[in-house]
Formats: sequence, structure tokens, C-alpha cells
Amino acid sequence: MIATLSLPFLSRTPIDLPPIISVELIQITDKTIIPFAPKAKKIIEKVKKKKKERLVSEQAPPKKVKKEKPDAVPLPKKKIEKVKKIEKKKQNPEKIETEVKQVSEFEKKELFDPNNIAALIDKSKEELAETIKTTDKVTQSQDRNVELAGLSLSEEDALKAQIFGCWSIPLGIPSNKNLLVRIKLQLKPDGSVIKSEILDHARMNMPGQGFYKVLAESALRAIRLCQPLRVPTTGYERWKDLQLNFDAKEMMEG
Amino acid sequence: MNFFRILIVLLIIQFKAYALIEVDITRGNLSPLPIAVSPLSSDKKSVSEFEKILKIQNIGSEISIVVENNLKQSGLFNPLEKDSFLQKPDIAHLKPRFEDWRLIKAQALITGKVEIIDEKLRVEFRLWDVLAAKEMLALAFTTVPSNWRRVGHIITDKVYERLTGEKGYFDTRIIYVAEEGPKTKRIKKLAIMDQDGFNLKYLTLGNELVLTPRFNPTNQMVTYLSYFRNLPRVYLLDIETGIQEVVGDFPGMTFAPRFSPDGKKIIMSFASEGNSDIYTMDLENRIVERITNHPSIDTSPSYSPNGQYICFNSDRSGYQQIYVMRRDGSGVKRISFGNGLYGTPVWSPRGDLIAFTKLHKGKFYIGVMRTDGSGERLLTENFYQEAPSWSPNGRVLVFYRETKTDEKGEGFSAKLWSIDLTGYNERQVQTKTDASDPSWSSLLSN
Repeated sequence: MIATLSLPFLSRTPIDLPPIISVELIQITDKTIIPFAPKAKKIIEKVKKKKKERLVSEQAPPKKVKKEKPDAVPLPKKKIEKVKKIEKKKQNPEKIETEVKQVSEFEKKELFDPNNIAALIDKSKEELAETIKTTDKVTQSQDRNVELAGLSLSEEDALKAQIFGCWSIPLGIPSNKNLLVRIKLQLKPDGSVIKSEILDHARMNMPGQGFYKVLAESALRAIRLCQPLRVPTTGYERWKDLQLNFDAKEMMEG
Repeated sequence: MNFFRILIVLLIIQFKAYALIEVDITRGNLSPLPIAVSPLSSDKKSVSEFEKILKIQNIGSEISIVVENNLKQSGLFNPLEKDSFLQKPDIAHLKPRFEDWRLIKAQALITGKVEIIDEKLRVEFRLWDVLAAKEMLALAFTTVPSNWRRVGHIITDKVYERLTGEKGYFDTRIIYVAEEGPKTKRIKKLAIMDQDGFNLKYLTLGNELVLTPRFNPTNQMVTYLSYFRNLPRVYLLDIETGIQEVVGDFPGMTFAPRFSPDGKKIIMSFASEGNSDIYTMDLENRIVERITNHPSIDTSPSYSPNGQYICFNSDRSGYQQIYVMRRDGSGVKRISFGNGLYGTPVWSPRGDLIAFTKLHKGKFYIGVMRTDGSGERLLTENFYQEAPSWSPNGRVLVFYRETKTDEKGEGFSAKLWSIDLTGYNERQVQTKTDASDPSWSSLLSN
């Protein structure tokens, strides 16, 4: 309760920044009067001495006002604090380490083959090369996460958007049935399909499941029509085997 | 030592294995499927024979046009322009060059051949999956040459079923009331035509007023309302023989007839002394059975496809609403609760929906709801429209709509319209005259 009540309250103070702008103006006027008054006196004295330089000396004070703005306004300090916090989150080493560990331990159990070390070395080289290519945009730790977790959201969205456009859903199928068609794909690096396999193939010939055959065929047509699929340019090992779950239920109930 | 080496390598190498990535595709493209309907090829001898018999120059092309129009009307297919076809019909029928068809964005292709053998029309056709480069369906039909349009409809039904997963509705007919003359002196005749508007025939002469014709789902019998000794009565008509008879000898008015799904009974309303209830009559033994007994107006009964339930409308709640009961009249349950008045309920041949007419704030709607009354969807709205009738596959509704013909709102025109369950594919059904009260037959070729 305390957290829910107090934290939003605390977090709102820096967000409620617009009113501070008016305060800012007041501070500026106050400060400009006080610190620049002595300087102005000196200037006036100089002006008296050098009558020719009037205009230049009059323009000088405003420049100094600008310099003092950040000191007078509390806003930048809080901003800096915020940035620092974000950086901490980004650097958050503990979380990333645990995630990586969990996955790698799992993999070790299932996939480690001492006889295949050479192949693994080669793969790791390839993957390193790929990560190096993308370092401009993504940090190594982020890249590692993406590779191990699956497609990134943007990669998945791009692929989905492409297939949405290719899949002509047969509208005659009943909406009250299981309309899920799972297709496993083997892809080339350019996204073209080497092999497609309907995972629930047995349903194709089951009595009362005539609609499933029609639906599965429509999904296969979508894949053929869309290929080469819009796959990421990197991390082929990650997505060379891909499963597409075509589910028309949402659309049919629409 | 080996163990340590492996351990060191293990520490150096970062193992990576990849769980199979799954992507859920939950949306698709509801635009019509691009399909190429190649003209059916025909040899010179057959062409000249057909020209003599049917007075049609290119029978193969004409059949393909029937198929093409049907597919287009369904709203689920987009037949491609024939001008863009790169392959000749006869060669395409033997072995399509799929890359040519892919080039014009066709996803499916229909090819065929038509010939005359022993004075009979023989048509064979093939349906191809262009993207998979394989044949999906191949069939042949033989019939009398005058049946060539029906062959086109049957081909469409087969293609439709193969590509959509549900039965087609093209080899069917629609019976309706053809209307002519001013509204105060209207001549109404029973008319029947193919679902695409061709082969129109009038079944009555127009001497008597006719209303609400309904097809028997199992044969070529029709029941309708006409006047007998100045009383509205339910009639039976055999389309093939032209024989008609009055159904039962009721002491009052009978109306709103409809067949049971097995075609052996007629269910209708019988009005007497200001009350209207629902009755059935067995067509074999002519036994009449009372189904409802309520001091309100119960009318427009319609059986569920399994014959176990009946939906009807009644004003027993004070307003006209839709009710469902068991076939013996027990377990009456109101299912419509929305604003407005509900009428002409019709149970879908698929059994999942009930279509209805709704009147709300001066406008008429054709809509559907589930059989328990949930999921009400209004498909179309207009100044005046009613009497929906289901296509045999339960995907399309045909109904009639009256429109004002001038700016003052004077004069009117009644036409048949169809709409599918999506509510998007609304089309006018072409009729020679004004038309009302349509009823869709079951498939002629089962």
C-alpha cells in the first residue's frame, strides 16, 4: 500500500514540470537583477570612460543571464539523476547474467557433445562474426539475449505483417472448431522455404475435419506466396527452423 | 588431461542452442482469392455441333463465364481478367505452365474440356493449386446439352467446396413472388429461376394473390399462401407436374407455411377468432397437430435442421419477439431481448444461427443471432426489407427490399437482395420484374 501510494506521488513531482517553467521565469528575473547589478555599474563606469562603446556594453548582460539559467532551475539536476538511473538499468549485470546462465545450463545438459567441439567452435566463430556486424546498433549482451530468446518484437512483427497479407483465410470454415494449423518450416538464409511440414497432418484425413485440409492448404499457399519470408538478416542458426501457428479463430469469430 | 582440455574448451566456448521459434499468425487476408477460370477448350466438331443444337458459338467459353460469375457473386473469389491469360485453354488443361499463372497472381486455376459424345454434353474440369503446382480436383459430367448452365453451376459448387471447405449453393433455384403494376393494384405471380437469375418460369397466372412461397428441402414441392373462397389458405404445388392443392380444411385462415426438414410435414399458423397459433400437418396421413396454445399471436414457425426445435415469433410478452420451443410445443423460451420488434425467424441449415427481420426506430434490419439469442448481428439496414431465406449451405441470405423510386417518396420498387454472413457482400439478385418473398431451394445435385 505504501509503495503504491507513495511511489507514484514521488515520481509525479519531476513529471509535473510545466508549472516550474513559470517559477523559472521568476528566478531568472530575481537573479539577473542581483548579480548583474555590480557588473552594470562597472559597465556604466566604463561607458563613462569610453563613450563610443555604448551599444556593446548594453548587450552584454543578457548573455550572462543565459549562462546562469541552468544554475537557477532545478530541472536539469533531476534529469541527470534520471539518466543515471536508466544507465544503471541498462548495465544491470545481475539480471542478464542469470538469464544467460539459465539458458546455457539447460543447453549444456541437452546438447553438449564432446565429439562435436570443432563444429561448435566454427559455429561460435560464425555467430561472433554476426554479432560484430550488429554491434553498431545492439550491445553484445542484448544480442545474446535476442539470439537465445527468439525473434525480437520488430523481427516478429515484420514476419507477421508479411504473412497476414498473403494468407487468404477460407471463409467457409466453421468458427466453432479448432482452427489451429501448425507448420514447421526449414528456411534458407534468404528466407525462402526448403521444406514445410504440417505438424498435425493426421487431422487432414480425419472424419469431420474436412475444413482442416482446406485451412492447412490455405496456410501453405500463404507461405508459398510470401516466400522469401521477411526474416532477420542475421542469426540464421536461430531461425533456420521456424514454426508458424496459423489460427483463424480470431478472424472467424471477428 | 583430456577432461581438463574439454573443460577449458567448454569455458571458452559459449554454447548456443536454439529453441524452435514459434510465430502465431492470427490474422489473414479476407480479400477474395484470385482465381483464373480458363475457357473450357473444345474441338471444332463439337463447337459446330453445339452451335447447331444450342445456338451458342463457343459453349466452352460460356460455361466458364457461368463459373466465373458465380465465383464473383460469392464474394470469396476474384476471377482474373481472361485477357491476361498467357496459356491457351487446351494446353493449360493438359499441363498448366504454373509460372505463367503465378505471374498474373492467380492462386487457383480452373481448366476444362467440353465435347459432344452421342448427342450428349460431356464436360471435364480440373482445379489446380497454382502455388503448389498440383492438381486439387478433377471431375467429368455428362448430360443433355440444354443443361449446360447447370453444369457451370455444378462445377462452381465443386470448386467452392474444395477451396472453402463448405458445400456450395450455386446449383440451386429461388422461388419468389413476381410483382407487376401499381401498389394498389398489384399482380402477384409465383416465379422460379436459377439462383443467378436465369431460366425464369412463372408458376401461376396472377389471377390470385400469392404470398410466402417455401421450398420443400427434399424435393420439388412448394408450399405457399393464396386465396381460396376469399380466405387466405396454404397451398401445395408440385413444380414438375404443376398440380396444386389446398393444405387441410381449416375453418379459418392459414398462413406462414414452411416444410419440416424431412419434407414430410408442413408447419403453419392458423388464425381463428382473433387468435393465431402454430399447427403442423403430416402430408402423408393429413393428421393436424396443435403446437402452441396461447392467447397471443404466434406465427412464422421454422424448424431447426434436425427437426427437434421450432423457432417462431409471438407477441406474448407484449411485443413481437422470437421464441424457441421443442417440436411438441414444450419448453417455450424467448431468445430475442434487444430493442425493437423481431419477426420472420428462420433457422439456418447449418443449425448454428437464426436469421430474422428487426424493426427498430422506423428502420428494418436483416440480422442473425445464435439459437440461444446471443451474438445478435445486424447485417443490413434499410427503409423496408424483410423475409430472409437461407442458402442451402447457411452462408448467404436472400431477402427482399422495397425502395422509394422518387424524391417525394412516392412509388416503390421491390427487389431481391442477397447478403452473406460477413455483412459485406450485399448484392441485388437480378429479376425481370419487381420481386418479393424469396425462398432458396436446396442443392439440386446432391
